[in-house]
Amino acid sequence: MHEPGQEEKTYVLNFGPQHPSTHGVLRVELQMEGEFITKAAPDIGYGHRGHEHMAENRNYQQFLPNMGRVDYLHALAYNQGYCMAVEKLTGLEVPERAEFIRVITAELNRIASHLLWVGAYLLDLGAFTPFLYCFDDRENILDLLDRVTGSRLTYCYYRFGGVPKDIDDEFMAGCRAFITRLRGRFKDYDDLVTKNIIFIKRTRDIGVISKEQCVRYGLTGPMVRGSGIPYDIRKSEPYSVYPRFDFEIPIGERGDIMDRYLVRIREMAQSLRIIEQALDKLPDGPIMAEKVPKRIKPAAGEVYQAVETARGEFGCYIVSEGDIKPYRIKLRVPSFGNLSILPEIAVDTLVADLVAILGSIDVVVPEIDR
Amino acid sequence: MVTYFKEILTGFYSLLAGMAVTIKYFVKPIVTVQYPRQKLSMSPAYRGHTEFVLDLETGTHRCIACEMCARICPSQLITVEGVKIDPKKKVPRKYVIEYQYCSLCGLCVESCPTKALKFSEEYRLAGFSREDCVVDLLARLQAQQQRAGLAVTPRPEARREEGEAKPEGEVKG
Ligand code: SF4
Ligand code: SF4
Repeated sequence: MHEPGQEEKTYVLNFGPQHPSTHGVLRVELQMEGEFITKAAPDIGYGHRGHEHMAENRNYQQFLPNMGRVDYLHALAYNQGYCMAVEKLTGLEVPERAEFIRVITAELNRIASHLLWVGAYLLDLGAFTPFLYCFDDRENILDLLDRVTGSRLTYCYYRFGGVPKDIDDEFMAGCRAFITRLRGRFKDYDDLVTKNIIFIKRTRDIGVISKEQCVRYGLTGPMVRGSGIPYDIRKSEPYSVYPRFDFEIPIGERGDIMDRYLVRIREMAQSLRIIEQALDKLPDGPIMAEKVPKRIKPAAGEVYQAVETARGEFGCYIVSEGDIKPYRIKLRVPSFGNLSILPEIAVDTLVADLVAILGSIDVVVPEIDR
Repeated sequence: MVTYFKEILTGFYSLLAGMAVTIKYFVKPIVTVQYPRQKLSMSPAYRGHTEFVLDLETGTHRCIACEMCARICPSQLITVEGVKIDPKKKVPRKYVIEYQYCSLCGLCVESCPTKALKFSEEYRLAGFSREDCVVDLLARLQAQQQRAGLAVTPRPEARREEGEAKPEGEVKG
């Protein structure tokens, strides 16, 4: 409302922390000029729980359940990253079978995470139906993982030196059935979403990120692959038994939302391939290393281990002073880096597009806040 | 102009194709469960709160009150108070978990030297107060024994021998 003589001011809009289409509790402060955004400043920290500090006053095992709660959607990758870092530090050898089980479960979890993203993201864009199908598929994965890990969401499954519970035939059969099922579903997703004119209009050439920007902001995961850089820790710094599997790194061309969406969809297909190969090659043997000490007490030193989560590179940096408690644990989380590009790409877009862009970053806010 | 109409047509077709998917699933079997009336069975690995394993050979629990579980628990929510019933044997007089702090990590179950713990299949765990979430494992075992028609393990009296230190029940901190 302008009264004569009053100067025009920019309008400040608080997007979140309770906005239905933000994810978790993220607040973005928007400066608007009419419908257009002139400045977007994400405000984080609402979900800060101090995971890194918690690590300093508990021993190595006791930090395990925290790893299921940093990124609750791809918790097993975090389990894996942390366990591998500690194993590196202590020189524990993980039996082959355990590595295979880790890969199978982590990949299943990755698909679950992507499925949830597809569903929730389309919900952001106003499409309700695909959400139900995605969750139906995801439920299958949760049932499978429930059988081995005992939980459906905040997994705490890997241990130093292996896994505590072996997979059984029913799990393997369930996995194979799921692979067939999801492969059949991709066509439905294609008809329902990818070809949909409304979806195309809302995602094509929106939120374009150039290769140069990706590098400048240190983006990882589907964000950087959507822009055409084939950077995936599973290939570029291979860990676990990933080098033994034949899979591709899908990349996009234009770096817009549509490409990021397609990258994630194709990544699910690649994950299915990995799981299939891992099931075929699954060796027999122990699932736990022999002689795992009751008390993990690594020698003084430091170690960094990166793994590829559904959102990008998760790095676990541990400094040990030869105590039973870590001196410091630093978690490098992908969403934090990925979100940092938002102020740059949100400028001069509409609020409705901001919802689309923010969703396409696939932020998990508890992971940013830690 | 031509592209304009072409876009309308392909756009309209894409919406129909999407609709066809919905119709296809409309006639497929229902995948949801009407929860309070229909229930699913829990998976074998399901983690409810912890409980004592009822050893069918001895008809009681296997806990020796060593407090390994209480020490490893990340949230320090297990309170074990042991009492010596004869010079060699120690049994718990009190084993209470404050379930509301439990992260269901499974470390207590794995660290137990006698494999005395397991996860229950309880899933209706909501309560109105914090006290509702406190589970007394000995009382739970007694109820289990009653249901199985076994002799109920009595709660041992707190008996302190001369010169013995006070049992360190509170392992918190
Ligand atoms: S449950 Fe097991 S670990 Fe815990 S006090 Fe009893 S015997 Fe020890
Ligand atoms: S499951 Fe973990 S958090 Fe729960 S009582 Fe056992 S050790 Fe403690």
